[in-house]
Amino acid sequence: MKNWFLSKKSDIEEALSKFFLDFGRSILGFVYFLGGLANLTGQCFYYMFTPPFNKERIFEQAKRAGYDSLGIVSLVSLFIGFIYALQTAYFMQRIGSEIYIASLVAISLVRELGPVITALVVAGRVGAAITAEMGTMQVTEQIDALETLATNPIRYLVIPRVLALSLMLPLLTLYADVVGIFGSYLICVYKLGISSNMYIHATFDVLFRKDLFTGLVKTVFFGLIIATVSCYEAFNVEGGAEGVGQATTKAVVKTFIMIIAADCFFTALFYFIFP
Amino acid sequence: MIDIIKVSKNFNGHKVLDKLSLKIEKGQTCVIIGRSGCGKSVLLKHIVGILKPDSGKIVIEGQNIPDLNEKELDAVRMKLGMVFQGGALFDSMTVGENVGFGLIEHDHVSRRELLERIEEALCMVDLCGIENLWPAQLSGGMKKRVALARAICIRPEIILYDEPTTGVDPITADSINELIRSLHDKLKVTSIVVTHDMKSAYRVGDKLAMLYQGNIIAEGTPEEIQKAKNPVVHQFINGLAKGPITETIDHYREY
Ligand SMILES: Nc1ncnc2c1ncn2[C@@H]1O[C@H](COP(=O)(O)OP(=O)(O)O)[C@@H](O)[C@H]1O
Ligand SMILES: [Mg+2]
Repeated sequence: MKNWFLSKKSDIEEALSKFFLDFGRSILGFVYFLGGLANLTGQCFYYMFTPPFNKERIFEQAKRAGYDSLGIVSLVSLFIGFIYALQTAYFMQRIGSEIYIASLVAISLVRELGPVITALVVAGRVGAAITAEMGTMQVTEQIDALETLATNPIRYLVIPRVLALSLMLPLLTLYADVVGIFGSYLICVYKLGISSNMYIHATFDVLFRKDLFTGLVKTVFFGLIIATVSCYEAFNVEGGAEGVGQATTKAVVKTFIMIIAADCFFTALFYFIFP
Repeated sequence: MIDIIKVSKNFNGHKVLDKLSLKIEKGQTCVIIGRSGCGKSVLLKHIVGILKPDSGKIVIEGQNIPDLNEKELDAVRMKLGMVFQGGALFDSMTVGENVGFGLIEHDHVSRRELLERIEEALCMVDLCGIENLWPAQLSGGMKKRVALARAICIRPEIILYDEPTTGVDPITADSINELIRSLHDKLKVTSIVVTHDMKSAYRVGDKLAMLYQGNIIAEGTPEEIQKAKNPVVHQFINGLAKGPITETIDHYREY
């Protein structure tokens, strides 16, 4: 009887201690990851400002990250525009203030939804591709080969991606804002019967320069996060094809978490410094 | 001259190199033999400075590799060619761009000279005129030879080969051996060849060194190694299943 009780208790204890151990380990792992990421980012800043620079490679990456993402960004932000207009209309019609739909949609899209959704789409589309490509280069020793050919892999591979993403993400976001507002315009003008003139006026009246600014500034950092996290995970691939797959998953998950956390930080920051 | 002095390296507590010392004279071809996983590639990566030793020195032409800054290290690397085990060709570039990579990035040669040097390097490995193919279109043996062409295109003084004949057919293996030999005779390069293919080791080596448990346990000319008394060396070069090497593994397995 006593024995049974004891063993039962130790089972629970074991499960609990395992839970806390795993939990502690994953927190430590994340701290370790942040340290490594900070190191990589530091090196990026160093190489970013020391010549030589390779414009061609930056353009190539910018095309892949920016131009090639236009399709999916258009589609997603158009739908977000539709959805957001309809959701806002649901409440605004109840309190009889349809006229504010346009203003609300414009502010939310430009300040919050446009930047975050674009960043997440790009993280999934471009970030994952970066980790898969560079992770494969890592396991096939191509990154070592670069080094033996006296070429620094950070300068050669990471810098073009960091610059391309940090420059293209604000532009893509601006584009997403426009498409999203256009989507909402379609719903409001053709389904809810708001006049086109009124919609356009309501949109531009509420949007201040600071809304656009706060929305776009943070996307520069989102771009930096996507590029550095994806490259960091690629450099740390272990094993073969399976390792590349795991690294890609890790890169996307960590990028998502960090983008949302950074967004929370920036929203709070801008809320308090530009009230 | 390459002088490796008491180099040790751990990976997560697993000792791969243990106070390893080895000296390679200028113009010599040194073959390092040893079982898979004994740390041959790790040793080569220390020589090119991709890995840093926990302790010890690697001195090339009077410079200690782990102490060099990035610029000095790059200068040494431009005199050094490395042929990786799987080729490690850049698959986003054509064969020509791969072979000319070092020149394109560092020696600002004219376009005509660049094309000539690429052609010359490819012809040296008997692959004239494949500049415009992609690495994915090549067979394993061709990839190895293109990797060799990439290494010799910068006209190095030292070439490191990581298992150049592993995984290619015997005829290609022989032509690679011939090539290593002729680079040694014609260009007077210093070479380090890592392999577990004994036939190739005897063909190309001026000196053989056996790596075992993190250390060089025997070195000498091919004849000396063949006559070595050491039972570990004897087992390895004759490819015997029974002997001290496998016994230690069984010994580990029991505990
Ligand atoms: N980057 C690394 N991290 C951890 N362990 C490594 C690393 N590189 C090599 N090793 C370990 O070192 C040992 C020797 O590997 P290697 O030099 O590749 O063997 P080989 O003699 O077949 O070339 C292996 O046990 C391998 O697991
Ligand atoms: Mg190896």
